[in-house]
Amino acid sequence: MIFDFSNYDQLIPLVTNSLIAAALLGLVGGLIGIFVMTRDMSFAVHGISELSFAGASIALLVGMDVVAGSIAGSLVAALIIGVLGSRAKDRNSIIAVLMPFGLGLGILALSLYPGRASNKFGLLTGQIVSVNGTSLEWLAGIAILVVLSLAVIWRPLQFASLDPEVAEARGVKTGALSVAFLVLLGLAVAASVQVVGALLVLSLLVTPAAAALRVTSSPKLAPVLSVAFALTASVGGILLALGGGLPISPYITSISFFIYLTCRLIAYVGKARK
Amino acid sequence: MTKPVLSVKNASLAFGDKALWQGLNLDVAPGEFIAVLGTNGSGKTTLMKAILGQQKLNSGSIEIGAKPVKHGSRDVGYIPQHRAVDASTPLLARDLLTLGLSGHRYGIPLHAKRDRARVEHILGCINGFDLARKPIGELSGGELQRFRVGQAVINEPDLILADEPLSALDPAQQKIVADLLDQERKEHSAAVLFVTHDVNPILSMVDRVLYLANGSYRIGTPDEVMRSEVLSELYDTEIDVVRNQGRIVVVGTQSHHHHDEEEWK
Repeated sequence: MIFDFSNYDQLIPLVTNSLIAAALLGLVGGLIGIFVMTRDMSFAVHGISELSFAGASIALLVGMDVVAGSIAGSLVAALIIGVLGSRAKDRNSIIAVLMPFGLGLGILALSLYPGRASNKFGLLTGQIVSVNGTSLEWLAGIAILVVLSLAVIWRPLQFASLDPEVAEARGVKTGALSVAFLVLLGLAVAASVQVVGALLVLSLLVTPAAAALRVTSSPKLAPVLSVAFALTASVGGILLALGGGLPISPYITSISFFIYLTCRLIAYVGKARK
Repeated sequence: MTKPVLSVKNASLAFGDKALWQGLNLDVAPGEFIAVLGTNGSGKTTLMKAILGQQKLNSGSIEIGAKPVKHGSRDVGYIPQHRAVDASTPLLARDLLTLGLSGHRYGIPLHAKRDRARVEHILGCINGFDLARKPIGELSGGELQRFRVGQAVINEPDLILADEPLSALDPAQQKIVADLLDQERKEHSAAVLFVTHDVNPILSMVDRVLYLANGSYRIGTPDEVMRSEVLSELYDTEIDVVRNQGRIVVVGTQSHHHHDEEEWK
């Protein structure tokens, strides 16, 4: 049965941690997604998430903290992409090379891991509503760090992303900002992998922003909508998942996808009316 | 004599054994309008990059406001060539002005009210109120370049660098954008260094011409430089400079048709 909402009121307190985690991820994903879109880095998100998965799996195998491993994998990927892939063309091929390598490494580590199998693939496809206290502290720490850092570099990063030629002429440090952004993106990906899984990170870090940019060109409204969409998907996904025994990811990805479809439709109707 | 806003001293740049320019000396006085001319590959764009600190010189020095150039400068306004903007770019026309004013600042906006007032003022200068809320992807070439002029002057720079800002515009739009730039640089008393392959749209506003060719250069008023014997000597071949109804046409250089994507690699 996919939905069974009896005892719903008793379930909610059990998933408070997950709801907080989802809200934090929605906030981070919605904000950073805007820059992922404007810097044309959707593919990089996918590449980073596979290495993040590899890091998490290896950590699981050797008995280290999974979130720490996930962050380490993300940052390694982000730095490789940042250093080697300053040109878009190079970047895509480097990501394409890294991605299967990371995925393979992760699957190897998981295969060697002697523990229970049901949790293992959670890193790839998402958890069944389970964020424990320690993970939540990690997620909260990452979320606060990423959001505050974005607030500080927001304007120069926006200038460098949307009007790079003039930004550079005006002395904005576009290269340093690019590396800083990749590090923040790496952290956001590592956090998202814990909840939605490496394969579905895009649904929180790209889809909400892509939907927002369909319906607005305002640099102020776009991040607001993007965060609203990401929150709807992440928190809404968990609330729906409570009703059935399925993982939360399909709910999150589906909500995210339907928001995107709706935005495309709104944009289409808006244009037809003009 | 007043201090130059831009001072190029004995600058030389070569790629391999091809010298772009050698021993280049140029002092730009406050408020002066200088056109940088030359055929493709003469090093116009590279000179612009050197002034912005994005291209190292082989020898010599460049100073903006008596300070050696670093990578980019807060003290200049920059107008790039017109390029089509992706329709999904999340910027409204007025945001281009905001970026020019405060896009380099870190942290949360502390002077939002003052900044908004300044943006409104510039919108008035460039007659841009009707377009202010339009996404920049929907602006025409001429409209976008008008906002580029506003973006370049919004910080009251002493020097505006313009890199082929009229290319890809039709003649009517060229005139509107050039006149606007002239009016704004006078109002904000900024000097202008204007890279172009066609001097005619800006001929009436140009104080001096810097003509780059063959690894060498000439500088002077348009009447001093845009002459058959001067350019023939510079190019080391027969060049005709024809004047017709206030327009100048240079005949005999390899190419003076339009190249929108002039670039040195």
